[in-house]
Amino acid sequence: MGTLYEDIVDYGGEVFGREHMETLKACVQCGKCTGGCPSGRNTALRTRKLMQMALLDLREEIFNAPELWFCTTCFTCYERCPKGVKTTDIIRTIRNLAAKEGHMSVPHRMIGVYVLKTGHAVPIGPDQMKLREKVGLDSQPPTTQKYPEYLKEVQEIFKTTGYDAMIDFDWETMNLRGMEKGGKK
Amino acid sequence: MSESLGTYAYFLGCITPNRYPGIEAATKKVFKEFGIETKEMVGASCCPAPGVFGSFDLHTWLPVAARNLAIAEEMELEIYVTCNGCYGSLQEADHLLKEHPKVKERVNKVLAKFGREYKGTTKVNHSIVILHDVIGLDRLKEKIKKPLDDVNVAVHYGCHFLKPSEVRGHGSSETPYILEDLIRVTGAKDVDYKDKLMCCGAGGGNRTADTLQSLEWTRQKLVNAIMAGCDCMVHPCAFCHLQLDRGQAEMNKAFGTNFNFPILFATQFIGLAMGMSQEELGLDIQTTTMPEKLLK
Repeated sequence: MGTLYEDIVDYGGEVFGREHMETLKACVQCGKCTGGCPSGRNTALRTRKLMQMALLDLREEIFNAPELWFCTTCFTCYERCPKGVKTTDIIRTIRNLAAKEGHMSVPHRMIGVYVLKTGHAVPIGPDQMKLREKVGLDSQPPTTQKYPEYLKEVQEIFKTTGYDAMIDFDWETMNLRGMEKGGKK
Repeated sequence: MSESLGTYAYFLGCITPNRYPGIEAATKKVFKEFGIETKEMVGASCCPAPGVFGSFDLHTWLPVAARNLAIAEEMELEIYVTCNGCYGSLQEADHLLKEHPKVKERVNKVLAKFGREYKGTTKVNHSIVILHDVIGLDRLKEKIKKPLDDVNVAVHYGCHFLKPSEVRGHGSSETPYILEDLIRVTGAKDVDYKDKLMCCGAGGGNRTADTLQSLEWTRQKLVNAIMAGCDCMVHPCAFCHLQLDRGQAEMNKAFGTNFNFPILFATQFIGLAMGMSQEELGLDIQTTTMPEKLLK
């Protein structure tokens, strides 16, 4: 584990390229990101502050800040940054690092459970199948939820990258471990 | 029947087929009217959501997206989508995999475990771009049977159709035009309103992190559109549709409001102007109801 900046460049760099992540260094704290942030109007999210916290290596403070999760990834700041800082991708990478260290809420972890069980973050149920028939569609779309053999491919990806372990997924109950006791973390 | 304008693989995603099948039905029907054939992507999964899985683990997000792209490649077809989340994920993944050969190599090692490969031979199209650029405004105009002349529309773009503009390629994210053109071709008027380009509030896991707070953005957006005299909101995103439509029932309950502001996906709006019924377009099986003005 290096500094938070180094971890951002390493982890995000493997997907976006290192140069993309290194733009964080170009931040001059002008605040244009915060000025245009629709979340900042309603929440404690201050993008400028997040960028500075990342550069100051305030790992625990940033990972424990609830507002880290109030960015909708709308990319307004990303588009407007006069220094070309790839803000939204930096925030997504910081969240990745936080999640790897266990800072992930139960509702957020549950989205992974739905995908592991059905291949969909929003699965279909009997009521929605009726709605599909009402507009003349097959009751179930031909996706992973319908075909277990294809669902296995998605499950294989999650196993390979360790996503199942990250959310503490129990393959026996096909749920988060400890959920029968009301969940944990 | 019209001339053939091509065959596409329809990447359904989650919200469209599993919550708002009206969007799926409307898009298939409108496209068919213009000679665009749709093929199903058998075995496709969640895109997976770019702001959600991208926030939790980019290294899982990318191979799942690449697998979906590989399915379309096997079909030898370009993709169309009806959700900005799907567009965001698949188009961004396609871009990154083409830009970074080493990333592609690593992702393909994962896909090889079940015999798939991402090659980079498909293209991810948004359905509103198919409407605007493939079908085109002239062909659309010819099929408008019920002009929506006296309807004022609040255009809502959502975020990931336009941004990041360097990847999306639809020009400046501050001065978009595609939806406005599509509204005007029906005879309706697109009305500017405060914070028109603002996010619906749902993305990036925000809806899951704090639903009421995310609904407050949506409430502001709807109030702005209503105050500008709009009759309805038209958008290109199934996930925004969930937040804007079902969100009204949620906010009425949580905030004691009484919203019933009509929300339509772009192909549902065009379908009405083409003379299709609200039942055909699935507009009668959602939370918000359509006014007489739209159904005349």
